[in-house]
Amino acid sequence: MSDPRVAGVGLTHFGKHPERTGRAMFAEAGLAALDDAGIDPDDVEALFYGNFMGELAEHQGHQAPLMAEAVGLDVPATRYESACASSGAAIRDAVFRLRSGEADVVLVGGSERMTNIGTAAATDALSIAADDLYEIRAGMTFPGAYALMARAYFEEYGGSTEDLAEIAVKNHEHALPNEYAQMQQAITAEDALDAPTIADPLGLYDSCPITDGATAAVLVSEEYAADHDLDTSVAVTGTGQGGDKMALHDRQYFARTPATEDAADEAYDDAGIGPDSVDFLEVHDCFTIAEVLALEGLGLYEPGEAIGAASRGETTREGDLPVNLSGGLKAKGHPVGATGVAQLISITKLLEERHPRAEDVEGATTALAHNAGGTVASATVHVLQEVEQ
Amino acid sequence: MSDEPRDEGFDDLLDAIADGEGFYVECANGHGSLPPRLACPQCGSQDLSEEPLPDSGEISTYTVVTVPTPQFEEDAPYVTAVVDFGPVSITGQVRGVDPEDVETGQVVGIGVGETVTREERLLVFEPR
Repeated sequence: MSDPRVAGVGLTHFGKHPERTGRAMFAEAGLAALDDAGIDPDDVEALFYGNFMGELAEHQGHQAPLMAEAVGLDVPATRYESACASSGAAIRDAVFRLRSGEADVVLVGGSERMTNIGTAAATDALSIAADDLYEIRAGMTFPGAYALMARAYFEEYGGSTEDLAEIAVKNHEHALPNEYAQMQQAITAEDALDAPTIADPLGLYDSCPITDGATAAVLVSEEYAADHDLDTSVAVTGTGQGGDKMALHDRQYFARTPATEDAADEAYDDAGIGPDSVDFLEVHDCFTIAEVLALEGLGLYEPGEAIGAASRGETTREGDLPVNLSGGLKAKGHPVGATGVAQLISITKLLEERHPRAEDVEGATTALAHNAGGTVASATVHVLQEVEQ
Repeated sequence: MSDEPRDEGFDDLLDAIADGEGFYVECANGHGSLPPRLACPQCGSQDLSEEPLPDSGEISTYTVVTVPTPQFEEDAPYVTAVVDFGPVSITGQVRGVDPEDVETGQVVGIGVGETVTREERLLVFEPR
């Protein structure tokens, strides 16, 4: 079976751009990806597009054809909606399309316009990733849901808000040279601990910002890359997806994420690797506690062990297992439907040594992208590896 | 009550809890869930019955929400908790106790209250 190659990537600046329409942002990202790939746009056969809250933020459903058109492509286009894992799910189906031989060139990406509706409406829009009847109507917010998980984690395994603060400090430090990041500013643990509480025990700096942005990547079959002499050294060698009960209260665990565990098992198996092979990774840190749950779910730490990983320096850029060198959702920003592909873009640039943090992972060959939806009722994991051209 | 269509199952459960006759859905294999259900979310069994909801449960985890969605603007700060009733767990708001005094493991009963902001029904827990 051939492994799809990442032929080109593109993205917009992540940040507060309330005036930018989803279509304009995606056009910028998509055209940049096509340009980076250096392929004939007529060769693109389909668009796999992630978006979460377009109906609420832009009064726009049926976004995929609009986005294909924005990039100047006349191809079948489908929108994927899996909350914050929307474009992770899009990548997965794009990989299947290429592997099956049904297509040789596809565009995958996502966009999200969020700040135009203001913080209160965006908080409301994000909350609908939870169960409306049994969670939202009880006042559950998105930060509130992760706060429930954080408290459960502390009770079961220990850990503290000081440990979470170190994760925020790390991801902010990682984002400093990332010109696409929403927050290129260093913070201290004191800044995080002194910040206003959003949903106890989580504060402002435990939470990713509300972000506008778009991402895109051109994925091609190995055969197409060879036939067209493309300069592609990164392949998607493994894909996995997991699911869980929608409502947190219906889960077996509040401090573990079985959907991530299942997605990781499948992706490792698919790539023929184990957790020991992973050199660095991008995980879904919508909240600091989410990074902890991800690292444990991915089998990189035992349950209860990842809470101190940043404090111990293991997941910083100098550590043995750098996590979120892009800055993560926390500092890079989280334009929801664009995030899964943003992770793929960061990893591709790091492996290709054209990322400002590339020197921190010199010689690395294997990385993971972990994208999660809601309170991880959906999760996708992709293995990206540097391969011979 | 407004003229909005009811949400079958959910509103039936709230009515029942308000009347002191709370229930949950149980499948042939003993898995509990909340209505409406045609199949057990744990095992897929379609052999379902309504069983009485235990009178009280324990707080598994909770949070004090200070930044709410617009529909809870005037309710904040409030305590959202997951309460374990044994066969099912339920999410609701803890009332009748200072948020500072809420603890995991606390025993609470369930009832139906109203939000401050929009006077909408919601599930509430009060210490027993």
